[in-house]
Amino acid sequence: MNNAKRSYFLITTTCFGIAFLYVPMILLVFYSFNKSRIVPVWGGFSTKWYGVLFESEEVWEAVGLSLKVATVNATFAMLLGTLAGLALVRFGRFKGRTLFTGMITAPLVMPEVITGLSLLLLFITLKEFIGWPDSRGFTTITIAHITFSMAYVAVIIQSRLAGMAQDLEEAAMDLGAKPFRVLTDITLPLLAPGMLAGWLLAFTLSLDDLIIASFVTGPGAVTLPILIYSRIRLGLRPDINALATIIILAVAIGVLIAAWIMFRQQKQRELELKMSEEA
Amino acid sequence: MSTPAEALTESETSLKDRLLHRLMRLAQDRWRTLILMVPFGWLLLFFLAPFFIVLKISLAETVIASPPFTPMIDWVDEGIMHIRVVVDNFAYLWEDDLYVKTYLNSLKISSISTILCLLVGYPMAYAIVRANHTTKHVLLMLVILPFWTSFLLRVYAWMGLLADQGTINNLLIAIGIIDEPLRMLYTPFAVYVGIVYTYVPFMILPLYANMEKLDWTLLEAAADLGARPMVTFFTVTLPMTMPGIIAGSLLVFIPATGEYVIPDLLGGGNVLMIGRILYNEFNANIDWPVASAVAIALLLVLVLPMMLYQHIQAKQVEGE
Repeated sequence: MNNAKRSYFLITTTCFGIAFLYVPMILLVFYSFNKSRIVPVWGGFSTKWYGVLFESEEVWEAVGLSLKVATVNATFAMLLGTLAGLALVRFGRFKGRTLFTGMITAPLVMPEVITGLSLLLLFITLKEFIGWPDSRGFTTITIAHITFSMAYVAVIIQSRLAGMAQDLEEAAMDLGAKPFRVLTDITLPLLAPGMLAGWLLAFTLSLDDLIIASFVTGPGAVTLPILIYSRIRLGLRPDINALATIIILAVAIGVLIAAWIMFRQQKQRELELKMSEEA
Repeated sequence: MSTPAEALTESETSLKDRLLHRLMRLAQDRWRTLILMVPFGWLLLFFLAPFFIVLKISLAETVIASPPFTPMIDWVDEGIMHIRVVVDNFAYLWEDDLYVKTYLNSLKISSISTILCLLVGYPMAYAIVRANHTTKHVLLMLVILPFWTSFLLRVYAWMGLLADQGTINNLLIAIGIIDEPLRMLYTPFAVYVGIVYTYVPFMILPLYANMEKLDWTLLEAAADLGARPMVTFFTVTLPMTMPGIIAGSLLVFIPATGEYVIPDLLGGGNVLMIGRILYNEFNANIDWPVASAVAIALLLVLVLPMMLYQHIQAKQVEGE
């Protein structure tokens, strides 16, 4: 009786929780097909706001810049984060380890306004003393994004490495492989799924960032979040609903594909396990 | 046991081995240094150094801040001056009611939001852990999915829900519960809703990770020994899940304290939060020394929770 009551309570809260997370997004999509300019007042079905969105050159430019920043950022963050994760798990004690660990975890919780402000002041100081960066935009945004995304990658790599047995690496060493070959032939391939996950996370973090980008950007470099923000500050806009719908759709498709691939891999593993048991 | 000749060759090979081992260690160390230097150097330059610059500027004088770079150089040249200047910016923050109030208000909003996130997230994490295999994965995916969509657009969605002519008001008027639209957008209520909405996954995931590893038979044991559900919850479940509660709470509390977008879009001018003051001080008032002082003061408030989080994170990774 008591158990039933408890599970009833759990099911209800979970349903409410999931509804709380998803109803606002569903409404966002729903109103993107609203003919009326006033977003929450239904005026009939229309796809005209998608047309308005696609005609805007500003939007295309912002999408282009954001994708460029996100790609370069994800690649560098993946490399730097993997190295950092390797160092943290495999190197044991080294000088400055505490400082290093601190610098890796701090960006995960640092308020964005502080990161943004401090990086901007750094770029300004650098320009003052060495003349670089001469203008702010793509490069400065990318550097800022790499700095916080690499921390996320490092955490992913760290937990993957910590859960990974070292025997393959040791076996390779015993067979005479040099440390560099062990790294490239054994460790990195084992880390590949973690690195891919890190790349994807870094890519989305970059696409999503408004605060840090708006601090370190310069005139003319408008990322997609900066553009969205400048539009919605003044109120609701149906073309932003259309943009949101496209983003939600893209993410949903991406996640479904990832889930499908993982599902198939798991099936494959189960099959192999079964066959090896039978053999 | 071995002949002297054998012993000799053995020691020779072991010497050779040792030498080879030494060489390999050296090569390995070289690689290690290289692997370490790249991310370490990056973080020193782009993460640590900027804080010292912020600190430096926060100690500079506000008056000479209108040409933005002079304060630093002035400060370097006139080292003696800085002691008087130190007091200035921070004393200004302390004396001006607005800043103190804003700090307290930020802490209040982030604390209450953290508790609300816990109240929503805890039962959800619990339900996810206790669900069967397939449901668990579907629910987890549903919790993670919003992470991948735009934060900004999720806040925007609430603008549409809470506006005077928004979905909620329209619905309530249509049903006949209210005649006049309720004022929800641009109130503290909207800010709470926005923070809980965007941060609740950050609460659920650490809680889930913690609960997943627990030994649930302890609950059955407690029940078998005659403990009532409430007693079991407070004496067994709650203490066991404490690490998850702390990690999740810090992940909500720390960023929520410095939040800018949510108070700006959902709170309008009516909700003062420190992240917004910092942003405006910097971008609208162009008062860099004061903005830097605000940042340093915010960091001081958050440094303890941040160190606690780091400690938990390090312990968790080692535990795996």
